[in-house]
Amino acid sequence: MEQEQPKKVRSEFIFFAWRNAKLRIGVSILLVFIVFAVVGPFLVKYDPYEYSGPMGAPPSREHWFGTTIFGQDVFSQFALGTRSTLTVGLLGGCIGTMVGILVGLLGGYRGGMLDEFLNVITNIILIIPTLAVLIIIAAYLEVRGILTQSLFIGLTAWPWAARAIRAQTFSLRVREFVDLARITGRSSLRIVLTEIAPNMMSYLLLVFILQFGGAVLNAATLDFIGLGPTKGVSLGLIMNNAVLWAALQLGMWWWLLPPGATIAAIVGALYITNVGLDEIFNPKLREM
Amino acid sequence: MLSLERVTKVYRLGAFGLQKLIAVRDVSFEIGEREIVSLIGESGSGKSTIGKLILRLTPITSGTIRFEGTDVSTLNGLSLKEYYRRVQGVFQDPFASFNPIFKADRVFRMVRDEFYPQVGMREWNEKVEGALRAVGLNPPDVLNKFPHQLSGGQLQRFLVARALLLDIRLLIADEIISMLDASTRVDVLNLLADLKARGLSILFITHDLSLGYYISERAIILYRGRIAEMGPTDKIYNRPLHPYTEMLMESVPRLDRKWEEEGRIERKAALTGSVPGGCVYADRCPKAMDICTREEPELKEAETGHFVACWAR
Amino acid sequence: MLQVENLTVYYKTIRGYVQALEKATFTLADGEIMGLAGESGCGKTTLGHSLIYLRPPMNYIGGRVVLDGQELPIWDMEKMQEFRYRHISLIPQYAMNALNPTRKIGKMIAELLESRGVSYSEILPELKRRLDLVQLTQDVLKMYPIELSGGMKQRMVMVISTLLNPSLLIADEITSALDVSTQKAVCEMLVEFRDRGFVKSTIIITHDISILYQIADSIMVMYAGQLSEKAPTEVVFQDPRHPYTRMLIGSLPKVGVRYQEERLRGIPGSPPQLLNPPPGCRFRDRCPVAFGRCTEVPPFLEISPGHSVACWRAF
Repeated sequence: MEQEQPKKVRSEFIFFAWRNAKLRIGVSILLVFIVFAVVGPFLVKYDPYEYSGPMGAPPSREHWFGTTIFGQDVFSQFALGTRSTLTVGLLGGCIGTMVGILVGLLGGYRGGMLDEFLNVITNIILIIPTLAVLIIIAAYLEVRGILTQSLFIGLTAWPWAARAIRAQTFSLRVREFVDLARITGRSSLRIVLTEIAPNMMSYLLLVFILQFGGAVLNAATLDFIGLGPTKGVSLGLIMNNAVLWAALQLGMWWWLLPPGATIAAIVGALYITNVGLDEIFNPKLREM
Repeated sequence: MLSLERVTKVYRLGAFGLQKLIAVRDVSFEIGEREIVSLIGESGSGKSTIGKLILRLTPITSGTIRFEGTDVSTLNGLSLKEYYRRVQGVFQDPFASFNPIFKADRVFRMVRDEFYPQVGMREWNEKVEGALRAVGLNPPDVLNKFPHQLSGGQLQRFLVARALLLDIRLLIADEIISMLDASTRVDVLNLLADLKARGLSILFITHDLSLGYYISERAIILYRGRIAEMGPTDKIYNRPLHPYTEMLMESVPRLDRKWEEEGRIERKAALTGSVPGGCVYADRCPKAMDICTREEPELKEAETGHFVACWAR
Repeated sequence: MLQVENLTVYYKTIRGYVQALEKATFTLADGEIMGLAGESGCGKTTLGHSLIYLRPPMNYIGGRVVLDGQELPIWDMEKMQEFRYRHISLIPQYAMNALNPTRKIGKMIAELLESRGVSYSEILPELKRRLDLVQLTQDVLKMYPIELSGGMKQRMVMVISTLLNPSLLIADEITSALDVSTQKAVCEMLVEFRDRGFVKSTIIITHDISILYQIADSIMVMYAGQLSEKAPTEVVFQDPRHPYTRMLIGSLPKVGVRYQEERLRGIPGSPPQLLNPPPGCRFRDRCPVAFGRCTEVPPFLEISPGHSVACWRAF
């Protein structure tokens, strides 16, 4: 479709992006974890649930992050858990963003009764306590995989994104270039995709990043209270087990700290990235 | 060529559209072949709404708009496209008329995609260059640039050139020079005059009275969604019949004469939103009579071709 | 009386300085209403605002501003505080929409006066007199801004900004968002305020020259950050000496002129970039009478009493 991108705008973006320390820090942290999520599982020497060593041993050369109270290798669990947690975040964030974009664009561009209808649904989902619903749904499902978890998280997180995108669409829809496309005989779908959406790219990126962070946090919360995937391993599950077996009281910090710190770091990095991007996209916040 | 018959537009506002805003009410007029008609009104008069209705950018509430005999509201799909081939618009804000993240000539490519997909690239480029020259632009200067690299005047010409790529008969020019600087706006006005010479009709929507005089043969004065007066431009300007037009002509800052010292100062603000039973201007009118607040005056022909909606006439 | 000498103000951007106002030198007499005209981006707003609120990204480069014999520390935002509102008042372009919507108008005025150490109750009788004068009822003091129409708000803003009888009032495009009928009322009010001594002198910044023809005593035309011409209003229209002024006036449609009878002409070309403007007269590229000398900056010289112009051809 439209291939060209404004060179000037783009180079300006890179210029500001490079100058922005928040973005540099956020993206670097994220990259470290993403690389780890990809590479980490290949470094794993043990099955995460195999009783492979001494019970409750502190970090050593054999077991980098020590072992659990049952003698399972924490590093193996951690490496695989990081991968699955990031996967849930990515999938859940994508689903939430997609639904939000769809509902927001549709309602905002078409307006009228359709918009009123979508608005009501959005508001209902917005005020329902998400976590409570997730707990109920999760509790009813016998087998829960990463995919179902992402789906649930995504499908409950979109309303605020939809609202924000709807508001943006509203303001873009009355712009003259949209009118001009209409009197050129363009179809509504093409107008939304080629006129309105490209103008929101920066905004959509921000939405995605926030959804991503929210999904990671939600997934960890669910796992932590024992409603995570029934099979497999995730950062939240490791913490859940650690707390369940009183790791803290027994002084087994190596069991609890890596997953906890990683979740905090990923979510924190996403938010720092978000603030950094916001400063870049919004000229008013740019440091002169 | 284009005729409006008792056209009314009501906007629904608020949750579930419970509030109503009557933007245009029972407006009827015609635009003939090779004619420039000025539609003059202050903010809130509904002048831009009429432009949008003609361009089918907003649905009509009641009444009919006919283009060469066909009811415009019945058009859809292909027939609507054919309508846009003949009727086009240019809007107020040149910078907002271009999608800021794409190059300006994208508007031409859009026309080709939609209307002339069969025309070869080389032939098309020649056509575009021809249209640009016709509006007084030098193609190499303006092609392949982003909107912010061009001036407001250049962008407006660009949009006129875009309309010329189609076989247009009628151009709706909605405040197209109000955002341009004085030194460039007159060139765009002259361009409209040239288009007329090429056989086009133009509806020139403006709030600026002096521009209306320069360019058009006929003028329509709109007040709060109603036509107050309509007729040959020189008659409206030199011998206005409606008290509202009179007030406008007195207040407009002219370059040929100064405001009278103790002129009638219009300090009463228009009430917004309310629809009284009588004449919409009655609450501000110095000549208001009893009947004016009770019954609404119809547009009547006071002299040949000169219509006014006022009980005092 | 306002004297401005070599006032130079640039905008700081990441690509360098935008030379928005270059060595402006002019005087404004007591009782004078001066129109400051020019196209968008010519520096007229920069000039107006730099006299009162010179803040980043605007950068003070040089020059002096003397008001009633006292030099204004325009480069110092803090020190200017004692002059603002008391001695110089500015009505910005969207002032009427900038009224705090959550405050009743009377309360807002009281707070404003308090911040300047003036008692509201003492000034109230005068305030009421002035509201009468502009045909606003005293009830407006108990109203919220949203309850007023655009024209009423603009009149309110004018009363507020001149309440302490400032020496200089700067009105930035205050009529451009108004309908012609209210526009006229606001313009007449500017004249009336001057006549009654509420303000000594006024600078009206506008792109609408026909308004200046109606009410201004003198007009100063700017182009691309440089002063082009300043003269009494009649002279600007009858005998403009700068080619830009001449072409600008010539491009204005007048009621009674039609394209068939008299085809007006615009000014071809567009103003130069102010980031790295070409040396010399900045109108050079669009000027039909430019010659070799124009690569030097022409001085802004008085060629007859009250008539100054910056053009080598005019001297």
